[in-house]
Order: sequence, then C-alpha cells, then structure tokens
Amino acid sequence: MTSIVPKEQSSESKKDLSTEEHEDFRLFGLIAFLIADGMTFAGFFAAYLTFKAVNPIGPDAIYELELPLPTLNTVLLLVSSFTFHRAGKFLEENESKQCQKWLLITGALGLAFLISQMFEYFTLPFGLTDNLFASTFYALTGFHGLHVTLGSIMIMIIWWQTRVPSGRVNNENKFPFEAVELYWHFVDGIWVVLFIILYLL
Amino acid sequence: MTISLKPSNPTPKKLQPTGWLKYLSFSLDHKIIGLQYLVCGFLFYLIGGSLAGAIRVELISPLSDFMPREVYNQVLTLHGTIMIFLWIVPVVNGAFGNYLIPFYVGARDMAFPRLNAVAFWLIPPSGLMLITSYFINGAAQSGWTAYPPLSITTPAAGQIIWILSVLLLGGSSIFGGINFIATILKLRRPGLKLMQLPMYCWAMLGTSILVVLSTPVLAGTLILLSFDIVAHTGFFNPSLGGNVIVYQHLFWFYSHPAVYIMVLPAFGLVSEILPIHSRKPLFGYTTMVFSIMGIVVLGLVVWAHHMFTSGTPPWMRLFFTIATAFIAVPTGIKFFNWVATLWGGKISLNAAMLFSCGFIINFVLGGITGVALAQVPFDVHVHDTYFVVAHFHYIVYGGSVFVIFSSIYHWFPKFTGKMLNENLGRFHFIITFIGFNLCFAPQHWLGLNGMPRRVAEYDPQFQLINQISSVGALLMALSTLPFLWNILQSILYGDNSGDNPWNALTPEWLTSSPPPVENWEGEAPLVLEPYGYGEKDSNQTQEKIK
Repeated sequence: MTSIVPKEQSSESKKDLSTEEHEDFRLFGLIAFLIADGMTFAGFFAAYLTFKAVNPIGPDAIYELELPLPTLNTVLLLVSSFTFHRAGKFLEENESKQCQKWLLITGALGLAFLISQMFEYFTLPFGLTDNLFASTFYALTGFHGLHVTLGSIMIMIIWWQTRVPSGRVNNENKFPFEAVELYWHFVDGIWVVLFIILYLL
Repeated sequence: MTISLKPSNPTPKKLQPTGWLKYLSFSLDHKIIGLQYLVCGFLFYLIGGSLAGAIRVELISPLSDFMPREVYNQVLTLHGTIMIFLWIVPVVNGAFGNYLIPFYVGARDMAFPRLNAVAFWLIPPSGLMLITSYFINGAAQSGWTAYPPLSITTPAAGQIIWILSVLLLGGSSIFGGINFIATILKLRRPGLKLMQLPMYCWAMLGTSILVVLSTPVLAGTLILLSFDIVAHTGFFNPSLGGNVIVYQHLFWFYSHPAVYIMVLPAFGLVSEILPIHSRKPLFGYTTMVFSIMGIVVLGLVVWAHHMFTSGTPPWMRLFFTIATAFIAVPTGIKFFNWVATLWGGKISLNAAMLFSCGFIINFVLGGITGVALAQVPFDVHVHDTYFVVAHFHYIVYGGSVFVIFSSIYHWFPKFTGKMLNENLGRFHFIITFIGFNLCFAPQHWLGLNGMPRRVAEYDPQFQLINQISSVGALLMALSTLPFLWNILQSILYGDNSGDNPWNALTPEWLTSSPPPVENWEGEAPLVLEPYGYGEKDSNQTQEKIK
C-alpha cells in the first residue's frame, strides 16, 4: 500500500517556485551552534576540574585568586545582558534612538569587561607557562575573552546597523539583533559558570 | 517570519558556471555540493589508499627497508587522518547527506545552503594543507590520535599543521551537522511526520547530534595541545606537571562517537538500499529508529574503553565495559532487521546489493571483535596490537567503505542519468571482498600473537602472515581499477537509466534523473510509505511462513 500523492493531483501543482516561502529557522541553527560552542567550554571545564582533582601543583604555586576584580566583571556582564534586553524592547517599539543608546551602553560594558580582564592579567603574579593551574586559567579566561571580543564587535556592528533611516536592522529585520543578543546571553552564562568553577570552587 | 526562497540579488544567468565548471564553483545547490563532497572525498581516498599501499609494502619484510622509520610514521599518520577526516566522514555524511536529505524531507535545498557550501569548501584546502606538510619538514608522526607526549616531542611544524587541518575539518563537520539537524527537524514538507521519513534521515539526525556534541570537545583539546607545542604550556606534558590521561579522555570523547559518525550514516544508507533491491518493506522501522537513537546516547558514554591500559581505575573499567557491551544490543537489532528485510525478498544480486551484503557480513565480524575488545582482560592482552587494527578496519572499511561503494552503484543513475555496468560492478565487489578479508582477517592472528601496531619493523616470525595481508592489500588496490573504468565508461557511453531504474519508492526517485535545480518541477511529492514494496509477494511469503 503506497501512498504517494502524485504531483499532478496535488492541489497547487506548477507552483511559482520563486515565491515559495518557508519559516525562518536561522535562530534554531544559531542555538545548535551555541550548543556546540558550549561543548567546547564543557571540554575545557572538564579538563580544568580533572587537573585540579588529580594533578598536585608545587607548594609555592598561587592557587587562590583575588575576588574583587572578577566579581566586578561578573556584574558588568550581567548588567550588559540586561541593557541588551532593554535595547531589544526599544527596537520592538521602533524607537531606534533609544535602542541605539542602550546598545552603545551594552558595547561599552563589554569593552569595560575586556579592559578589566586585561588589568587582571597584568596584575596576576603568574604567567601562562608558570604551572598547570596558570595555563588552564589563561586558556579558559582567554577563550571566553575571545568570545566577549567577538561579541563586542558584533554589538558595535548592530549598533551601526540600527541607525535611522539607512540601517538594515529594524523591527522588520530583527534576526541580526536577536542573534547577537542570544550569543551575548550565552557568553554571559558561560562567564557565570566559569566564575563559579575558576574563582569560587 | 518567513523567508522567500528567491535570493534578493541573484547572480546573473550568464555569469553562472555551466557544465562541469559548476562543480568547481561556490554553488549553493545541495546536489552539486553533495557530488563535490563525493568526488573530493574519493580523490583523498586514492591518496590515503596509496599511503596504505606504502605501509603494506613496508611490512612485507621485517626490517624497515622500504622507507625510514620517520617516514613510516608520517605515512601512517597521514593515512589515518586522510581516510577518517577527508574520506569517510565527508562522504557518508556530506556527500550522500547533502544529496539525499533534502529529497527525503521534501525540500528544495538544505536549510542553510550558504553554510553548506562553506562547510564543503573548508575541506579541500585543509586536506591539501595536511598533505603539503609532508614536504615541509615532514608531516605529523604521532598517528591520527596525536597522543601526547609523543605529539609534543615529535617535530612541531607537521604536528601544528595537522592540528590546524583537523580543526578546519571539524568546523566543516559541525557546520554540516547543524545544517542536517535544521533540515530534518525544520524543513520537512507539510504533512510529513518524523516517523514517516526514510531511515537515512534518522541516521543523519543521530549522527549530526553526535557531531554537534562531540566535535567541539576535540577542537578544544587540540587547541590546548597546540598551546603545549607552540607556547610550551604543560597541559598534557608530564614533565611540566601536566596530565596525558586528560588528553586521552577528551580525545576519545570525540573519537569514539567519531566511529558512529562514520558508521551510523552507513547504517542509514544500507537501510535504503536493501528494501529496494529485495522488493520488501524495511523490517522493523520503529526499532530501527530507536536503536539509532540508543546508539547515539550510548555512543557518548563509552569512550574510556579505548583507555583500559591507561591506568583507568576499576570502577571506570567496569562502567565502560558494561556500557560498551550494551551497544551490541541496538546494533544487533539493526543487524537482524536487515537480515529480516532480505528474508523471503525478491533479491536482485546487483553490485549495490552485493556490496550491502558484504557490509552486513564484515560488520558482524567487526562487531564481534568489538564486543571482545570491550572486555578488560582481553583488551589488556591485545591493546595496541594488530587485533585492534583488524577490528577497526572491519568496521570502517568493511562497514562504511563497502556501503559507500554500494551507494555509488545504487545512486549513480540518480546522479548522472546513466547506468553503471553491473558485471564490472560484481567483479569489483568480488575482488574487493576477497582482497579486504585477505588483508585484514590474518591481522587478527598477528595481534593475538602480539605484533604491535604502528611499528615499521617486526619480529621475523610474523613475516608470512604479513605477506598474505599485503597480497590482500594489493587486491584491494587493484579492485579500484574496474570501478574507475566503470565510472568513466558509464559517464561517457553509459545507457540511459530513465528516471527510476530500480522502481524505487523513496522520494529522490520520483523526479527526473539527474534532478532539476530545485528538485521538483511542481510541488514535492508526499511520500508517506517510502518502503511499501511488494505487498502481493510479501503476503504470499507471510502465509508460507505461517
């Protein structure tokens, strides 16, 4: 019993192909990509935790990290997630000026995070190759910093593209905005996990 | 929000490449990309095969007289890397996936055509980069596993190029995986349910989930390894306080699922080919789906069975032995389903069918040695010997490559509209099957008697068996000639196949061969029962069985 609907009998045969439409699933693809990206971090976290559990490092090695600066960083990123969300609200209400303002604040917070992170790097008493803990610390925070850098650049691009009247991102074409927002929340989430695992544990 | 299929500013018609040139272009057509994957993969297969030939020539005699040991190590590394990352993974996933999946879900193209083209065009440059590394200071020498500290202590240039190349290929694989997941889950024709899809869609869905979850972990690991090599950090360098076992865990977290990434799509392809050439519905569709998903879940939690000799604690050995043994259950279900599909069918013994049957036989043998290898006492005995080499090649050559050949014979009329010569195809199968078994079956014996793998020199007592194995390899090499001749002959002078030479019911055959640019002239056909063959015949057989 084969149930094939022959093309002659189907309701709208000889459709005009050029006007056929399908639903937008670019965000779905982005989520799949972010899951993959998250797995990279998961690999790093697993490596770090195993190193910490089984590899003794020298008695004079620095294990404890100063907390104030990374706590400030956490606050910066969490606030930036909020400001990004706020910008999205204004984009929906077609208030481009407000949207751009909040995007600029978000980008500035990202930049502040990076500067603060660099400052921490320069004040830490250990370098990349000093010991296993140091190497893992720099690899993890560096890989995350790379994500923040890319995210900040993308926020700036979105900021430029939401300008009226010639910007390409607006209430009708929201995908670039949503994509960067989702990515930014993801980077924030990763930072929270990283902060807990690296600084608090 | 919806997206129009019409590109906003399409390339002018006269600027679009035509004829064979379109296969060298950045085409967005899933059928062209699929064939690009296939031909590109096959060229790398020829290179990887030549390297395998060089290995077998070297092993004819116990001394390393054909090539120096360093060169042997490089050849071995390149052989493994090329065959896995440039031939099997791109072909069973990329080539057939891209060609068939849009047909099967009733779509005009993949979900993200541009990403698809990017994923393909990452492959040729990274493959060339890998091969070129041989001529610049020598290629990587640490095998396709690149275990530290070996990979840290061997010459750095080749190893770094190897890492970059594998990272690019991994990226290509992830992009492809995302595309398949989106296409299968989101781009289905209205009215088509998941449980009505042809089995290959399920296989590709499972494979893509594995790709998306495990490949990034390999990428992260290789980034850490490259830090060790370039920046002299000590992640995996024991002399700097690092831990090599962590590398092994992370590496096998990808590379065990990688075996399923190579073989699950092959399962799917066989499940398409067998019903058509035995004129019977696929036996046990639902159990097939669940066993694929079972393999996906179990495949993610068995990786440490590669590390039984790496000082794994007893609880870990126990857990991974049991988990690995469990994989035999869904795999066995699939095996019996295939046999039951063939049972009482009107089997035509053409080349596609022969290669699929060859696959079933080889895969069972490889599966049995796989279950044996999962048992710790046995594994400790044969770890890193030729037994593992034999087992692995029974899975990936006897399994995946046989299916690739089967699929080429089956879908060649679809690709080109020409028939292949069946007698040449049968001849090709016979030499390949004999050559393959002659090459790899004796290696079980070598491994059981303690011949280590990856070494250019060996104890003279193993010489005779190694020579038999090399004769088998020679037959395998020769078997490529009738195949190539067949392809060439058919493309130039082959008989026209018509649109549907196999009287198949799966959707890709319900359009012209080769298909038009957007797959269907009108609306995509709604195929609810892709395997509804021979109801009359099978009713009679069922009565007979009763």
